[in-house]
Amino acid sequence: MYHYNDFDKAFLAERNRQFRAQVERRVAGNLTEEEFRPLRLMNGLYLQLHAYMLRVAIPYGSLSSAQMDTLALLAEKWDKGYGHFTTRQNIQYNWPKLTDVPDMLDALGKVGMHAIQTSGNTIRNVTADHFAGAAADELEDPRPVAELIRQWSTDHPEFQFMGRKFKIAVSAGAQDRAVLKAHDLAVRIVKNDAGEIGYQILVGGGLGRTPMVGKVLNDFLPREDLLPYIESTVSVWNQIGRRDNKYKARIKITVHETGLEEFRAKVEERYATVRPTFSGVDQDLFEDIKAHFAPPAFRNAPTVEFDSAYDANPLFRSWVDTNLTTHRAPGYSIVTVSLKKHGETPGDATADQMRALAQIARDYGHDELRISHEQNVILPHVHKSDLPAVYAALREADLHTANIGLISDIIACPGMDYCALATARAIPVAQQIATRFDELKLEHDIGHLQIKISGCINACGHHHVGHIGILGLDRAGVENYQITLGGDATWNAEIGQRAGPGFAYDEIVPAIERLVNGYLDLREGPEETFLEAYRRLGLAPFKAHLYPETQANAA
Amino acid sequence: MPRAFTPKVITANALIEGDVIYFTKDDTWTRDLACAEYLTDEAHAQVRLLDAEQQVDLVVGAYLADTTEGENGLEPTHFREEFRRTGPSNYFHGKQADSKQQDGQAA
Repeated sequence: MYHYNDFDKAFLAERNRQFRAQVERRVAGNLTEEEFRPLRLMNGLYLQLHAYMLRVAIPYGSLSSAQMDTLALLAEKWDKGYGHFTTRQNIQYNWPKLTDVPDMLDALGKVGMHAIQTSGNTIRNVTADHFAGAAADELEDPRPVAELIRQWSTDHPEFQFMGRKFKIAVSAGAQDRAVLKAHDLAVRIVKNDAGEIGYQILVGGGLGRTPMVGKVLNDFLPREDLLPYIESTVSVWNQIGRRDNKYKARIKITVHETGLEEFRAKVEERYATVRPTFSGVDQDLFEDIKAHFAPPAFRNAPTVEFDSAYDANPLFRSWVDTNLTTHRAPGYSIVTVSLKKHGETPGDATADQMRALAQIARDYGHDELRISHEQNVILPHVHKSDLPAVYAALREADLHTANIGLISDIIACPGMDYCALATARAIPVAQQIATRFDELKLEHDIGHLQIKISGCINACGHHHVGHIGILGLDRAGVENYQITLGGDATWNAEIGQRAGPGFAYDEIVPAIERLVNGYLDLREGPEETFLEAYRRLGLAPFKAHLYPETQANAA
Repeated sequence: MPRAFTPKVITANALIEGDVIYFTKDDTWTRDLACAEYLTDEAHAQVRLLDAEQQVDLVVGAYLADTTEGENGLEPTHFREEFRRTGPSNYFHGKQADSKQQDGQAA
């Protein structure tokens, strides 16, 4: 874990002092809303449908127990006792009062957290593989690179007032768990033929109104060239990116309109100027950062407790089979804690649950926690012999749902229940789908299936890359839901295809049920996942299940 | 041809709490849609919006929202405004809970 040094602490304290004064001037009437709005957004404070919303950054999704305890404190003291973990590894508080926010930020500052650049047209919170530092398939821990980028981008003078926001993700896994290809810029840590570690740079990915899959801008960048190259890329876009239309302002449009080749040439040209300004200080800093992320002292111990619990307790066994991932250290597991209990709001955790997670991490998890873009919590390093105790503690906190990667492990944005931009609700659709498939007792039979729901075209719920994507729209004053099929959030990223006309709010859950029943009929066997069946068969047979009336009329 | 004017209320968010408020006949703000000024004349509505926007130290983002007179008094015509006056659907939070609390206090 990165620990703030004196410089970081002083920077944050000063920034919070400034914001406190800005809030005071707004309340006293010395700042208009037009003047205050960009200042509050720079500090993560939105005004939503029912209240303000504070979005706190969880850099690359990594948290210590003390930080998680502070998130619980904020939920309890200044909100309604819960927080909402987002698809960008952040946490949002839905009910703060304007005048309480400076105190909230001071509390966060004490544990090295903040809400800076979680909004506004800046470089946003850097995201990463949520299994970073633990995954068996990664080249190295990607978090030092993510932290380097975080430090470089925080308050970067050139990038505070860009044409639009800019999102960066980092991963080092053979599998992509960070949706790299849906980011403005992504850093994939790779090894070249000479055995050297370097970076593949992807650019121009993004979901939203115009979904696009990221393209390779540079196939192999030596370590020491990373920051100057990213700086050149953002700089080129910041200069030539469109400012006439906010819907065409993201880098994906710039790359699309300029052409990848020409865009790359412009980056190279800019790089020639930028590169000499990096004296190597960043590399010294990087070495220092790496030391913060030294792996914990993994212990070598027998796993008999695990084996006997696995044999004796079918509930434990089901949870193990669903929620655990292979760890790189022998005897260890990565535990994914589901925040998707059937019928509950995806990504929400109460203050008590946050404290329970912090305590479990302290007792059994080397003090580390992660938040995934899939809105779950990860205990990255748990020794197998501790798993029965971890499971028991999770049960106590009602956090033992065994559904990771299954149909009820749904991503959903806040939608019109909270968000001022939303065109329809997303949360209740997720709740109802999860509840329905739990009643049917089908989800383990259905197997791996990702449903992702967005309440507007901005696609915070990643619907384009869901195996089943659901997009909520306002059609003539009524909520209407469009289904897309065949999306893929992995290294083989695909934008889903629209299945046909949308469904009303009370029709969407039955439609999903018909679709999934259709898949169970169409698949070659339980081994063939929904996505595989879709790729084999194409849209038509699934459409027949979604729109049976149309088929009947045509017949 | 310009579209016929549909009745409105003026709504905004409170500066400090951020919650949904409505503009009343006597230039104050209420948390209860039933107490809002019902605007049926377009020119008058525009003037009242100017009046509301003057109160920059109390409110954020005042605008005109379509409203109709139903059996139980003023009602939003669009579901977004219905959520604003009620609260979220996943928790009993926001206005729905606040008004119950107020009822409880009154009783």
